[in-house]
Amino acid sequence: MNSFTGNDAPHDAQAPALSMEHVTVRYGNVTALEDVSFILRRGDQAAVVGPNGAGKSTLFNAVAGIVKPTQGRVKIYGSGPDRHICIGYVPQRNRIDWRFPASVFDAVMMGRIGQIGLFRWPNRKDREKVRGALAQVDMLDLADRPIGDLSGGQQQRVFLARALAQEAELLLLDEPFTGLDEPSRQAILTILQRLCAAGATLLVATHDLQQAGELFPLVMLINRTLIAYGPPDQVLTSETLGRAYGSRLHIVPAEQGELVLTDTCCSGGRVPVE
Amino acid sequence: MFEWLLEPLQYGFMWRALLASAMTGVICSVIGVYVILQGMAFFGDALAHIILPGIVVAYLVGWPLAVGALIVGIIAALGIGALSRRGELREDTAIGIVFAGSFALGVALLSTVSTYAVDLSHILFGNVLAVSAQDLWVIGGLGLLVLLTVGAFYKEFMVLAFDATLAVVLRLPATFLRYLLLVLIAVTIVVALQTVGIALMLAMLVTPAATAQLLTRRLWRMMLLAAAIGSLSNITGLYVSYYINIASGPAMVLVMTAVFLAVFLLRSGRNRLMENGDTARNAA
Repeated sequence: MNSFTGNDAPHDAQAPALSMEHVTVRYGNVTALEDVSFILRRGDQAAVVGPNGAGKSTLFNAVAGIVKPTQGRVKIYGSGPDRHICIGYVPQRNRIDWRFPASVFDAVMMGRIGQIGLFRWPNRKDREKVRGALAQVDMLDLADRPIGDLSGGQQQRVFLARALAQEAELLLLDEPFTGLDEPSRQAILTILQRLCAAGATLLVATHDLQQAGELFPLVMLINRTLIAYGPPDQVLTSETLGRAYGSRLHIVPAEQGELVLTDTCCSGGRVPVE
Repeated sequence: MFEWLLEPLQYGFMWRALLASAMTGVICSVIGVYVILQGMAFFGDALAHIILPGIVVAYLVGWPLAVGALIVGIIAALGIGALSRRGELREDTAIGIVFAGSFALGVALLSTVSTYAVDLSHILFGNVLAVSAQDLWVIGGLGLLVLLTVGAFYKEFMVLAFDATLAVVLRLPATFLRYLLLVLIAVTIVVALQTVGIALMLAMLVTPAATAQLLTRRLWRMMLLAAAIGSLSNITGLYVSYYINIASGPAMVLVMTAVFLAVFLLRSGRNRLMENGDTARNAA
């Protein structure tokens, strides 16, 4: 088991940061993902969009190694996810019990527990990493604050700091902007851009098509299968959106181009861990 | 005051009862922190009842009761863990079935014994005044094992309780840790058997930890506080039972419940005062 050594699996610098080859995931008789193939290169930033139950969570779980593909292969820098501790996972905020007794510092230190390894305690280097991560998200002054006292935007920044402390190279973010006000959203975006400039690769699930198109150089449109993947202007067309959303999509002619309405107000189709 | 404290200590059984109560309070409260953070109160209550047939069989064949309880407790903990992972039944349904069935089996077995009523009440509500020197060694030994394990896996258990997905992504041995925690709860229940018995076990696991959660928001402080609250409540309860002549297990549970209520009311009173203060400031 990897955590006994605290080392990440070896990275092949030539290989893409993330690749999926013909990945199919079934739960019993239900097919959650079918024959999905794509490549993300180091530093890429991709939004994942699709209707509720389209398999966004399953896709993330397969990348993180939480569910095993029924068929096909997932590779992170050339090898399967099982032994990588470089995958940062930023869960939806409402999946966490914020009454948990931990300070901001404690919550960020949790990201280092893979590197620290079993039967060891955090040393000075670990504490410096945590402080550095908190400084990068402008939260150093709140290090001793209980996590229960934070605002939504601050909670999201704690998770980002946790991924930074983990030295994550591939970041999976599940609806990171939901429920945040505009300044918090901007703050998170700035941090994400800084991370990518430093070589991190991002995969961001969002229900907001407009946001996906405006903020991300790459968009992945899924509904069980991968419908389209590429720059937003090629992916977010009325034809592909029609295929992804079907009857749940309404296209209304507007003054400039078309207005697209979908029903994906809330994320769903969540798969429990394991 | 001192005489009042010292008088019961002239009896050897009171010394042993005090030691057993204090140790039980510490161990139950520390494990109890995980029980409440992971929402496992029902599991804890069920497991305490499930071990009854193990105790009765050990009693009938003349083994130490702790051995029978430990064997059944560990098997049941692992069995429930496996059953709920298959996902055909809701976890609480699966626990409920095993809980009631096993408890019924235990009572049925015990009803074959002529001293049925007395024995049952001791098993249900504990009999801390009958703790032997050997029992103290068992409590101390198992308790130390539990505390050392919690210490060794402190940060891993913390991640598992806070964010199970993170535990998997960090490649922690999540399944092993989950089963380990279930076994620790089973061992803790065996430790507390003599002091509070089966029926009131849940209070030991839940109440001091819940009181501590009201008072602090750091995990290690919550554990220390819970341990202090648990052991002091038990000692106080023992004195109360000595002086007003009530059963010791219920006395301990009543003390810790009173402590919880006092902390809860003081806190909500203070919060209301602070809110009023804010309103007053805002109005000014």
